[in-house]
Amino acid sequence: MHPTTPDAAGGPDLKWPTDGCDDQRARTVTSRFQEDGPLSPHRFEPEHLGFGNATKRLSVKLILFLLLFPLIPAVLLAITGHQGIRAIIVRLSAAAIAAASIYAAWLFLPMGAHFFEAGRLGVSMHLLDKAVFGAEMLVAAVLLLFCVRLKPIQWWIPLLIIVQAGMIAWCEMGGEVPESGLPLYFDQFSIIMALIIGIIGSLICVYAISYMEDYHHHHTEMKDGRKGFFFIFFLFLAAMFGVVFCNNLIWLYLCWEITTLSSFLLIGYSKTDEARANAFRALGMNLIGGLGFAFAIVYLVKWSPMHTIELSQVISAATSGDAGWHGAALIVAILISFAGLAKAAQMPFSSWLLGAMVAPTPVSALLHSSTMVKAGVFVIVKFAPVLMGSWAGYLLACVGGITFLMTSIIAITQSNAKRVLAYSTIANLGLIVMCAGVGTPAAVWAAIMLIIFHAVAKALLFLGVGTIEHRIGSRDIEDMGGLIVSRPFLGLVMVIGMLGMFLAPFGMLISKWACLEALSTISTFPPILAVILAYGSAPTLFFWAKWMGKVVSVPTSPLKIAGVIGKDESVVLFLLAVMTVLASGLFPLGAKGAVEPYIGAVYGQATALSAGNVTIMVIMLGLMVLLPLSFLGRRREVQLVSTYLAGANIEGNATFLGSIGAKQQVGNRNYYLAGFLSERKLSTASIILSIAAIVAMFVAVSARAGCL
Amino acid sequence: MTTKSIAMALGYVVLAPVIGGLLAGVDRVISARMQGRKGPPIMQPFFDVFKLLAKQYVTVNKFQSFYVAGFAIFTIVAGALFFAGGDLLLVIFALTVGGIFLVLGAYSANSPYSTIGADRELLQMMAYEPMVILAALGLFMVTKSFRVADILAFPKPLIEYLPAVFLGFLFILTIKFRKSPFDLSSSHHAHQELVRGLTTEFSGRALALIEVAHWYENVLLLGFVYLFVATNVWLGLAVCAAAYFLEVLIDNTYARLTWKPMVVWSWVVAGVFGVANIMVVHSLLK
Repeated sequence: MHPTTPDAAGGPDLKWPTDGCDDQRARTVTSRFQEDGPLSPHRFEPEHLGFGNATKRLSVKLILFLLLFPLIPAVLLAITGHQGIRAIIVRLSAAAIAAASIYAAWLFLPMGAHFFEAGRLGVSMHLLDKAVFGAEMLVAAVLLLFCVRLKPIQWWIPLLIIVQAGMIAWCEMGGEVPESGLPLYFDQFSIIMALIIGIIGSLICVYAISYMEDYHHHHTEMKDGRKGFFFIFFLFLAAMFGVVFCNNLIWLYLCWEITTLSSFLLIGYSKTDEARANAFRALGMNLIGGLGFAFAIVYLVKWSPMHTIELSQVISAATSGDAGWHGAALIVAILISFAGLAKAAQMPFSSWLLGAMVAPTPVSALLHSSTMVKAGVFVIVKFAPVLMGSWAGYLLACVGGITFLMTSIIAITQSNAKRVLAYSTIANLGLIVMCAGVGTPAAVWAAIMLIIFHAVAKALLFLGVGTIEHRIGSRDIEDMGGLIVSRPFLGLVMVIGMLGMFLAPFGMLISKWACLEALSTISTFPPILAVILAYGSAPTLFFWAKWMGKVVSVPTSPLKIAGVIGKDESVVLFLLAVMTVLASGLFPLGAKGAVEPYIGAVYGQATALSAGNVTIMVIMLGLMVLLPLSFLGRRREVQLVSTYLAGANIEGNATFLGSIGAKQQVGNRNYYLAGFLSERKLSTASIILSIAAIVAMFVAVSARAGCL
Repeated sequence: MTTKSIAMALGYVVLAPVIGGLLAGVDRVISARMQGRKGPPIMQPFFDVFKLLAKQYVTVNKFQSFYVAGFAIFTIVAGALFFAGGDLLLVIFALTVGGIFLVLGAYSANSPYSTIGADRELLQMMAYEPMVILAALGLFMVTKSFRVADILAFPKPLIEYLPAVFLGFLFILTIKFRKSPFDLSSSHHAHQELVRGLTTEFSGRALALIEVAHWYENVLLLGFVYLFVATNVWLGLAVCAAAYFLEVLIDNTYARLTWKPMVVWSWVVAGVFGVANIMVVHSLLK
């Protein structure tokens, strides 16, 4: 037991409580085999809070359950093709995963951060490491198998797979990999992520049951690949749990690669030429990122002075007070953040996420809300303490800033609902990267809040658009006019989702506000990021509000929309809508219970929104909820009249007398500013800018580490 | 919350429509004189609103009154927060919520005039939003606080530090006050090319409420101007009056522009005046 107390948990300027670097290394190595692991400034000791061995044993089981249980339904679903049995398996396992993640949160949150030593896993560490290595090679082999039929021009994709696998094999074969005594862990942040994966990810699985049934009704020409589809869905969830619970970076890398593989397979689901091309684009982009991750591992194993393979050790090296160690940690942080940029679809990688929309909607919902892109920002936020105050971190934040501003503007030009959602996802992830790159406690607060709120609202919006598309046969925003009248449930779902994305006092705006406050307090760097936020928020307002306006417009003539919404779909949409509103109302609890303790433990200083402002936000939310309710109760007669059509109305609002006496239909379309803004030009510009920022970032980190 | 801040908020809720209405009356008289007319009595805006209130209530759909109520409530909340000395960013966000309610009301009517008016209103919001946030940012950089109370307590006039931000804010004030050349979405003058754009489909009580909410908004915006010269009450009020007169003058001397120059110019002005000033302040006060 090390006498680390929460008080000793260090702020950025905390000196490591040892005399010298070598002494420290010795300690770290010995601590591997001790009961509770390394001397890490970023943890609370559960013992101090009175948690016994029983709770610890239970927590190991729970983590292993979350990691491994999803594989059981995955295998079962790969075997059975019967729709009824599949539905039951999916519903039950989704419920089990969601329940387990909620239970884990209830059990773990009071415990703070906790690391599991290898001995507790009940298997020899050596064997496990070999198994993980084997799995990594297997993933690479599977990916290579898919590359067999690639065009010669895409030779670089298999090459990247081979190079990465080779790098990992080089480390493993050399026998120099420092053994990790604490391969698994949890802290408040990973629990938040587990809740997002466990609840929202599972809900999306449930939604997929009836959606995919419908999907194959609409696409009879397509081969029914649902066995593989649901297999990958649950495999994806397991890999995501791995990303948030693995402390051993080689294990984390395996999970990382599995998410790449899963997304590749899901994007290519429909097996059309477009789907295949987009799946390979996603694979290629993520492999470029993965190269950064693999290189980080090689660096840690071969050259780093830290002699560790554990995430927690790398992060705490930043606060060790040793400049060399901080430089080394920064190299690892930047390399893995580079992988995170690709996974989080930041510029210049963002095209893969747009291409991913060829997949069935639940896939998009999964990629955008609870998995994949969230894995990308998760690792970057995790490294925030390392990035804080460095030029490399600031430049990383600039990549996020460029992405946020440009994609927000591009979203204005889109009328395809899924593309708008995709651009908005990329923009919001940019915002998160901005906060993480800055890395101050207040910025990390905003980043984690953004992750939470975005996951809920974006899942709701994607699934809503999926259902609407099946009902009206279009995903064009212009075809969604009058939804609030013709399909009040779907209309309301969309309105709530959009409110959640851009308007006070709902989640995303609360986080954006925190973000602005955090960015404006940075005094060491020019306030460019705050300026970017000021500019980027304005287009966001425009593209959401015009879409919302379309949904709430009252149709001039009654619309006919066929079909019933599947029960699984409506239940999931309802739950997500409720969660979007509740999350905005209850966020102070989440912030106090999870986000602020996490930041307190990592930075040793508290951060929170001022209590007075929180109260005002909650009052505003109350107004937002009560206002429509007060109007529902009214049953007053109002006299309805036609709208003004220059006095030439024929049948109410629907038609008017045009030139030469012709009857004209009224039709309204929104502005998309297509002649003013060009998607292609803006994308090209931001790709160039972001590549420049990334190059500068690598130059900065090399200079910092003394390589230049 | 102190008693003073509650009193200020209540004072705003009660007095802002009176002051706003009088300002609108003065606006009409000055505009008339500039155009060589005599103009209506100063109390005319109030007469107009009372007349609207007395009209039979007709509406194009049953949702509209809800949106108008939302617009009015959130505009008043924003103003009350401001005068209570609250967080400036929160004030801006609440004002935005109010604005979005009005836009949704216009969209819900689904008529050509109000839909285009709503689209243009959103373009206007997109045009002024960066400068408004940059102004708040500038005030924060100098005073180290977003709270209006703290900003007011700053010992020196903030215009000394933020002259360019102040000019940039005056520029977008033209949009916020719905003055030419930027009154695209809905102008004060009866028949523009969009009839009355955004407000075409509102009538009677709803239109009266929109008018009153607009008065509330104008008083809040002048309060924002006041922040820049808050050290002396009389000087502050004089600057507010001068700013208002300037906007009326601009209104009467410029023809309406299209949305493109509005968006481009607002963003350029925010970039040149706002960002440059903030950079200078940042490097000086580091």
